[in-house]
Amino acid sequence: MSEVKSILLVGVGGQGAILTAKVLVNGLMKAGYDVKMSEVHGMSQRGGSVSTQVRWGEKVYSPLIGDGAADYMVAFEKMEAVRYANFLKPEGVAVINDYEIASATTASGQFQYPEGCLEAMQNTFKTFPLKAGEIAMSLGNPKCMNIVLFGALTHVLGLEQIDWETVIRETVPAKFLDLNLRAYHAGLEAAKAV
Amino acid sequence: MKHLLSGNEAAARGAYEGGVKVCSAYPGTPSTEIFENLPQYKDSLYCEWAPNEKVATEVAIGAALGGVRSLTAMKHVGVNVAADPIFTAAYNGVDKGFVIVSADDPSMHSSQNEQDNRHYARAARLPMVEPSDSQECLDFMKAAFELSEKWRIPVLYRVTTRVCHSKSLVEFSDRQEASYEPFVRNVATRVSTPANAYRNHATVEKKMEEMAEYGNTCPLNKVEMADTKIGVITAGIAYQYAKEAFPEGTSFLKLGLTNPMPMGLVKDFASKVEKLYVIEELDPFMEEQIKAAGIQCVGKELTGLLYELNPQLLKERLFNEKPATKSVAVNPVPRPPVLCPGCPHRGFFYTMSKNKNFVVGGDIGCYTLGCAAPLNALDSVVCMGGGFTVAMGMSKAFEIAGETQKKVFGVVGDSTFFHSGMTGAAEIIYNKGNMIPVVLDNSITGMTGHQDNPGSGYTLQGDIAEAIKIEDVLKSLGYQNVIIVDPQDLKAMQKAVDDALASTVPAAIITRRPCLLIKRIKHDIGQCVVDTDKCIGCKKCLKVGCPAVMMKDGKSSIDPTLCVGCTVCAQVCPVGAISRKE
Repeated sequence: MSEVKSILLVGVGGQGAILTAKVLVNGLMKAGYDVKMSEVHGMSQRGGSVSTQVRWGEKVYSPLIGDGAADYMVAFEKMEAVRYANFLKPEGVAVINDYEIASATTASGQFQYPEGCLEAMQNTFKTFPLKAGEIAMSLGNPKCMNIVLFGALTHVLGLEQIDWETVIRETVPAKFLDLNLRAYHAGLEAAKAV
Repeated sequence: MKHLLSGNEAAARGAYEGGVKVCSAYPGTPSTEIFENLPQYKDSLYCEWAPNEKVATEVAIGAALGGVRSLTAMKHVGVNVAADPIFTAAYNGVDKGFVIVSADDPSMHSSQNEQDNRHYARAARLPMVEPSDSQECLDFMKAAFELSEKWRIPVLYRVTTRVCHSKSLVEFSDRQEASYEPFVRNVATRVSTPANAYRNHATVEKKMEEMAEYGNTCPLNKVEMADTKIGVITAGIAYQYAKEAFPEGTSFLKLGLTNPMPMGLVKDFASKVEKLYVIEELDPFMEEQIKAAGIQCVGKELTGLLYELNPQLLKERLFNEKPATKSVAVNPVPRPPVLCPGCPHRGFFYTMSKNKNFVVGGDIGCYTLGCAAPLNALDSVVCMGGGFTVAMGMSKAFEIAGETQKKVFGVVGDSTFFHSGMTGAAEIIYNKGNMIPVVLDNSITGMTGHQDNPGSGYTLQGDIAEAIKIEDVLKSLGYQNVIIVDPQDLKAMQKAVDDALASTVPAAIITRRPCLLIKRIKHDIGQCVVDTDKCIGCKKCLKVGCPAVMMKDGKSSIDPTLCVGCTVCAQVCPVGAISRKE
């Protein structure tokens, strides 16, 4: 239990990374880990690139990591995976949503959205690609994309002592519980199939 | 049971447990959540949003003079606004505990500068505490009230973004009520006439001397002695980074009370280690004082003056241990924050962007994003309230220089208007400004996450308040022509601008439409769609800078998950290819 693990959740403001981090952190706390989580509020939330970090172990000091220090990454959008790739350890594992969101700079034609983000990540890191957007849509609500990704992450983390279903029950609003449980299982199964 | 709290949530809990009774603040990232977390304790305390940081500080000073514990909180630049009362409050002293939170923002995640507010503690003669995680945010808040009462002086409680917004485990205690200290008139110390201030200055210097001595044994300062080879003096979040960056066996002097510096403790620690490092973010605040005391140490020449640190950066800069990374064969393009789809500010900035002779003084808030491409519709942003007054200066410069083509607009938001825009509005009338002040009224303090203000009709504690009408204030100041317009109606917006420029009496514009993210309002949400047969691919719709609008295969395309149906893009389409689906 002594080794500290670090995970980076990246995406676009409003994609639900903070709720995902909350579910993760609640599970880790229940399992008895010391946990720290870092997020940024304010201006960056307005459609900008966002990152949340979660660290756990027997004793965690820094809530923040720098280059080459993340064991895992969950990217809610594929260009964001590329943007934060320098944070991953060379042996780090990435769960990547095969999903594209235009940025203001691409929508206005100032820049071209880069081709091959997902493939470049796959060529560099151990990667679990996932069409979480389509999976969420098939479950009836695109908003549960974050928990689909979370389901995939739990497969990658392999923390089998944690009962994630119970954690989700205790974390997400009752109104969306059923949807989120289905999203969790769909993500888990999709990751197993990779 | 332990709770996972952000530093801000823990600071609020600490204030509650510490028996605080009156709390006044103005929101500002990264401090805002401290006060957002106070109303849950409203049975035990009073909390409010003040119009600005200076007002908040003065209210809190008054409460502490009135005999109860008080709290104010603000972002680092907010302390600039409140600096006037803060400096004199240190001289005057307080009767009950008074804590001033300064939340600094290294790396400027949501700020216009990176100032290091620890200097305020030295300059104003304030004791300063610096927590480094959420548990300390709670504990140090209580300690700060004790310190404040022991020396009858305000305490600066300095945190940074990663302390405020990081979550870690916290244990709660019960609230300890702090007794009311019955008010007694005390002219000699509390009324800062020159003669009284003359004496008070000597008093505050004596307090600082005593506290410097106290710091040597203060439990907030901790020695973690291990090997004698390397010693590190650090404080705040830098402690957490240093704990991971330095090798095992490193000894630490972790300071919690960082002003005045406990030099006895520092000297003692320095004498016990072979090599001394001082690890701090931003300025060499501790390092310079340590070096001035004749102690050799290593610090900023390796760690640098700029931006946040982290454990990996420290390892690289201190020990040349560059972390192994892999580079990816694709380069991401910038994804800056933008005005949201349906943002009421878009219509105003689009109208400004169409005329090359419009010069626009901007301000701090969501509308700062009016500067982004493709709108590019701001010419300066300095500080809260500066939108009106910097524009006023520009208009005077143009007048003196005979530059008659330029038309000057100054922009503030509704919350900013009450913060410090009203004085600018008076300046423009009083000194005959040749410019149009514009209040972008979205009925909320937006960027910081929706706090109420004197114009919104609610208080922090959730009570109904008298909503002050911005137009009434402007009219009473002498603006005879106050034009109120829905900025989402581009024709009306253009007419408002034309009418204001043509006005023969002092004119002001209020663009009024509530922020779409306000939950208590029922918004008219819809969906715009593109008729690709009609679309001629002219890209005019991209000029409004909406994140939902993009080009696909040479035609306009609207992302249905982002669009809210505001129709601004539809209004600029020359061929009527965009319509709102009802």
